[in-house]
Amino acid sequence: MSDLPTVPTAPAEAAAPRRRGGRVRVTGTDRIFLALMVIIPTVMVVGWVWLPAIASVVLSFARWSGVGGLDTIQWIGTENYKNVFTNYPPFAPALRHNVIWLVFLFVLPTLFGIFLAVLLDRELRGTRFYQTAFFLPVVLSLALIGFIWQLIYSRDQGLLNAVLGTQVDWYGDSRVNLWAVLVAAGWKHAGYIMLLYLAGLKGVDPSLREAATVDGAGQVRTFFSVVLPVMRPINIIVIVVTVIESLRAFDIVWVINKGTNGLELISTLVTANVVGEASRIGFGSALATIMLVISLVFITIFLSTVMRGERR
Amino acid sequence: MSRPRSESEYLAHLIPPSVAAAGLSRRGFLKGTLSAGAAVSLSSLLAACGGGDGGGGSASQEVTFGSNQSDAVPKKAYADMLAASGLTVKVNTVDHEGFQENINNYLQGNPDDVFTWFAGYRMRFFAAQGLVGDLSDVWGGLSGFSEAFKQASTGDDGKQYFVPLTIYPWAIFYRKSVWEEKGYQPPKTLDELVTLAKQMQKDGLVPIAFADKDGWPAMGTFDQLNLRINGYQFHVDLMAGKQAWDSPQVKKVFDTWRGLLPYHQKDALGRDWQEAAQSLLKKESGMYLLGMFVGQQFPKGKEQDDLDFFAFPEIDPAIGTGAIEAPIDGFMMRAKPKNEEGAKQLLKYLGTAKAENIALKADPTVIGASSEADTASYTTLQKKAVEFIGSAESIAQFLDRDTRPDFAATVMLPGIQSFLKNPNDVDGLTKSLESQKKSIFTS
Repeated sequence: MSDLPTVPTAPAEAAAPRRRGGRVRVTGTDRIFLALMVIIPTVMVVGWVWLPAIASVVLSFARWSGVGGLDTIQWIGTENYKNVFTNYPPFAPALRHNVIWLVFLFVLPTLFGIFLAVLLDRELRGTRFYQTAFFLPVVLSLALIGFIWQLIYSRDQGLLNAVLGTQVDWYGDSRVNLWAVLVAAGWKHAGYIMLLYLAGLKGVDPSLREAATVDGAGQVRTFFSVVLPVMRPINIIVIVVTVIESLRAFDIVWVINKGTNGLELISTLVTANVVGEASRIGFGSALATIMLVISLVFITIFLSTVMRGERR
Repeated sequence: MSRPRSESEYLAHLIPPSVAAAGLSRRGFLKGTLSAGAAVSLSSLLAACGGGDGGGGSASQEVTFGSNQSDAVPKKAYADMLAASGLTVKVNTVDHEGFQENINNYLQGNPDDVFTWFAGYRMRFFAAQGLVGDLSDVWGGLSGFSEAFKQASTGDDGKQYFVPLTIYPWAIFYRKSVWEEKGYQPPKTLDELVTLAKQMQKDGLVPIAFADKDGWPAMGTFDQLNLRINGYQFHVDLMAGKQAWDSPQVKKVFDTWRGLLPYHQKDALGRDWQEAAQSLLKKESGMYLLGMFVGQQFPKGKEQDDLDFFAFPEIDPAIGTGAIEAPIDGFMMRAKPKNEEGAKQLLKYLGTAKAENIALKADPTVIGASSEADTASYTTLQKKAVEFIGSAESIAQFLDRDTRPDFAATVMLPGIQSFLKNPNDVDGLTKSLESQKKSIFTS
């Protein structure tokens, strides 16, 4: 990397002929401006992201009730981790559910959202209406979504059981409740992906498609061979959004039953241990650290893919 | 560790003689009304004084009040009660469960001068941490509380930190009209309960309404069985971490419960207690083991009067049915309140029968903690609760009020839910509970 970031201070035409690594004249105001541009985000990232994250990792080796000063912290080594893995029955299901959540979101709602976007992009009659209808769940507040699905899923008074004539306990039976919730979460996720993808499709140069059509490519071939490669940045965003959504999945489950009985997720366990009345700060931090490590794995894979792609 | 000792002591003595004395006799009524009248005049006098010495400014200054009474009915009762205090009270109402969950942050942040809380382990813990204010001098001015309530309000250091307002019992509730029509009698033993449940199934009723979506209502069932099978002292020791969860005693509780599960409403883990109470209201189920707040789901008047209850039947004749569960709700004051004089004045008022009478008017599913509370306006259900609590030999609070909250929330809650999902693996469950208990109770 060069000593200074290259800033297009000069007009584009003037900058164009300059060789790579050429000097840019930086005035005093620019220096201050640049310094601020670097310092403010750094302070924010360090203060609000890194310090809390490091504090969590440090606290995960402690036992602390969260009440009283820092001198009441007891350091107990890796005991919290030992307890998480061997002495905490909700942990294994939580891990499994997070993985199921990720795979499910990828396989159904994400692909379905892309499919919807492609359909809506073809200017069907009433496109606007469908667009709004599919996007509505994303706009709705979570409390409202919980309420809507409660009406559908309630065992005794719900729509679904009334229509099907069944007596399935959609939220209470731990064999089905995760899937019931995934449908609700997917309902929201598909609309989100649809909008993202639709925005991307609108940006694809129509001449590319025309060229493909002239060359004799069909609809499907055009999409897979021309549109999809052009959409690479959007595809990456969609993947990232899906991974993030499945790792931070929390609110809908929390609204339903605080993440117990078949709906355990690592995020709900962290909350139940740290935020709630329980205050097992150290134990909860150990769970949070495990979650951080899992996220880091995904982030590393993602970043390395993107950087490799960019270098190409 | 003085905590478990004092807990057992205070709970053992927790028989409000006031409540026993109030009874149903005419004399009791008269006495109650008379003293209530006296209390009213006394507190109005106090209020008048407070208003008078405006120079000190304590009464005219605002007292902040944190309330967890978020449901419409009790919320209005509290508003009426606080309005009658003669003080300027600013109420900050938080949703009931949220209040409880965030209590740690609340108390360490900027809490209100006076706030709602309940007796039990947690009250004493906050007192020991110095997060709540000493109310010994307020107690000096309170009359009408029995020694048992004073003990229930006392921290480990012997000072008072809590002012009781109301108390309510846990029991098995039923509709009188349904039972009269079918000729059912309250069962006295576990066998009779099973026979009755079988009869109800024949009559097309769900014998025992049941819900545990939120995880805590089933703790009540566990407590009742434990109190009947192993007795009160075992409950106290178990909650204090001094008894093993994989002991034969605890296994017997779960085994007995498994025997009763076929008579419980199915799919309890997807239902909240309000829905289960509705099934009792709609005469779809025959009885419901819950706190007296089940009455909140019954419309006032005819429907509420139709509600009755009986103590959980005897399981072991040597243990009997003397132990019951009756949580006490009340108030605490933050450490170093912004308006200490006003806060104490408010608490003094909240400890009077006048305050209780207003609170009770709106919520007929609790009874007053003060012996001076006006029992004349009590419903049949409340009168029965007075008698029930008064005749109890020992009174427990509730699983999540009697033990460490981290143990109750992160171990017992999922533990009981997993028992309801798979009632057959009692050995595995109790072993896991015990090993988790050890990891938590070491600190």
